[in-house]
Amino acid sequence: MKVLVPIKRVIDANVQVRVKADQSGVELTNVKMAMNPFCEIAVEQAVRMKEAGTATEVVLVSVGNQSAQETLRAGLAMGADRGVHVQTDDDLEPLAVAKLLKAVVEKEEAGLVVLGKQAIDGDNNQTGQMLSALLGWSQGTFISEMELAGDTVKVTREVDGGLQKVDIKMPAILTVDLRLNEPRFASLPNIMKAKKKPIDAMSAADLGVDVAPRLKVLKVEEPAARAAGVKVANVAELVDKLKNEAKVI
Amino acid sequence: MSILVIAEHDNAELKGSTLNTVAAANAIGGDVHILVAGAGCGAVAEQAAKVAGVSKVLNADSAEYENQLAENVAPLIAKLASGYSHVLASATTNGKNILPRAAALLDVQQISDIAGVESADTFVRPIYAGNALATVQSSDSIKLITVRSTAFEAVAAEGGSAAVEAADATGDAGLSSFVSAELTKSDRPELTSAGIVISGGRGMQSGDNFAMLEKVADKLGAAVGASRAAVDAGYVPNDYQVGQTGKVVAPDLYIAVGISGAIQHLAGMKDSKYIVAINKDEDAPIFQVADYGLVADLFDAVPALEAELG
Ligand SMILES: Cc1cc2nc3c(=O)[nH]c(=O)nc-3n(C[C@H](O)[C@H](O)[C@H](O)COP(=O)(O)OP(=O)(O)OC[C@H]3O[C@@H](n4cnc5c(N)ncnc54)[C@H](O)[C@@H]3O)c2cc1C
Ligand SMILES: Nc1ncnc2c1ncn2[C@@H]1O[C@H](COP(=O)(O)O)[C@@H](O)[C@H]1O
Repeated sequence: MKVLVPIKRVIDANVQVRVKADQSGVELTNVKMAMNPFCEIAVEQAVRMKEAGTATEVVLVSVGNQSAQETLRAGLAMGADRGVHVQTDDDLEPLAVAKLLKAVVEKEEAGLVVLGKQAIDGDNNQTGQMLSALLGWSQGTFISEMELAGDTVKVTREVDGGLQKVDIKMPAILTVDLRLNEPRFASLPNIMKAKKKPIDAMSAADLGVDVAPRLKVLKVEEPAARAAGVKVANVAELVDKLKNEAKVI
Repeated sequence: MSILVIAEHDNAELKGSTLNTVAAANAIGGDVHILVAGAGCGAVAEQAAKVAGVSKVLNADSAEYENQLAENVAPLIAKLASGYSHVLASATTNGKNILPRAAALLDVQQISDIAGVESADTFVRPIYAGNALATVQSSDSIKLITVRSTAFEAVAAEGGSAAVEAADATGDAGLSSFVSAELTKSDRPELTSAGIVISGGRGMQSGDNFAMLEKVADKLGAAVGASRAAVDAGYVPNDYQVGQTGKVVAPDLYIAVGISGAIQHLAGMKDSKYIVAINKDEDAPIFQVADYGLVADLFDAVPALEAELG
């Protein structure tokens, strides 16, 4: 079974994001970029499946500008086999990305797609569910455990009340949560090897997909900053302030 | 305009977040209907009919909706959506699971996790862990939206008298089946709607030590939360996680104990009215957002706090 892993290049999770002065978006020049952390977990899971012999090939897909190839290389260095780069200079919306991914899934005849639950730039949490709908496949979202059992995937999902176990039919879409695994660091020899792995490049038009945006970003602003408060000397002072100043207890 | 709100429920009880989502619908303006999709959920439909300002309840009561499987509920929403200008769900794990699937079936670009309504087609939503607020305008003919509960004050649970109408079921997609749920049981208030939340981080050192926080919580009538580090370390279950990729809370009082204040954690609690931080590192970033900071060892401060509360 071929496993497809869509990965997104985003601002590194440790970077303090700044809004542009003209309110057109956030500052991206000279900012450290990285693979979306949830996508790393997805790649790790797929590579483990290959190592366990349940996946025959792990194919990464990234939709983005030329730099997306660096992110694909990072995933190839973790052990994926090859990459597909869908080139675009626009930051596409989840529906457009899902349509492009559908075309790639069909072309590659993948049997399982593993995505991150959320890209930490747009915080949309949509793409996997949309791809699943477009393909008419089952979906196992926000998973913290998975097990392949014949033509079923047994998943454990992280939900608001705790955990939920669901059996979903293959072919399937999985979106991964933080607790599924701990992604490996690529070793130097694997980084070298990854440089020789193939990356196939194509455009949205090559895939015959309309990616026109549905949303117009009118402005991007900084949220109101919270003013730092005061330090209290001890617990008695804290309780006094909470009772008599804030009046919240 | 008419707006369809997807009820959040467990077949027995309508969940509070539905009331916040109805408030967001009111902010958009128009007739507000509620869809209760479930199995044996007639009591929920009755509760939904009493929600202030709701004019109709659609009740799709059928076995395939019992466990809110997205493969079964999304087609129902997609079918009903044609009669509405907007479809709203709470940005809970349930809403996040189902609504994007319905949106794709309708060829609509969903707007996730809105925190503000500017007009019927323009909404404000946090991006980059709440480091930026985007104002976006949708050109889709139907708007599918998930709503951040803490940004909209709940409407009254009582006072309405909507008609309940049965909605035809759409059948079992046959793609997935529910096996079991392990839900955290607690007598404390629900994390996302509690008036006071006390959360522990890696500084707690163990799950057993969370008992200290629980004692304080019980004195204050508070809910207990945690940072990702505390959940990853196995101190507490996943549903305790507050943050960018966990739950968003905005209580009157948030007490962060042994939590450093990473941006991803702040994303889930920085809209709290008052923030207290207890941390032994005076340079911890959490102090930059705390109204009251106590630099102390939590193993001294938390028992002292419990004692002081009497
Ligand atoms: C993609 C992604 C998503 C994430 N999502 C979330 C999320 O939703 N929620 C979240 O919380 N995090 C999230 N994180 C993780 C986040 O970046 C931080 O790693 C995490 O919040 C740190 O948790 P912590 O503050 O408990 O631990 P630490 O950063 O290790 O801080 C522990 C604190 O405890 C203090 N301490 C230790 N001992 C004591 C003592 N005896 N007395 C008093 N103070 C003490 C220390 O001084 C320190 O400040 C995410 C990260 C990524 C990359
Ligand atoms: N541009 C993209 N290229 C490849 N995969 C993507 C892209 N955008 C989103 N994804 C995938 O969809 C997941 C969820 O993203 P989102 O719906 O944007 O929060 C990510 O973790 C990726 O696995």
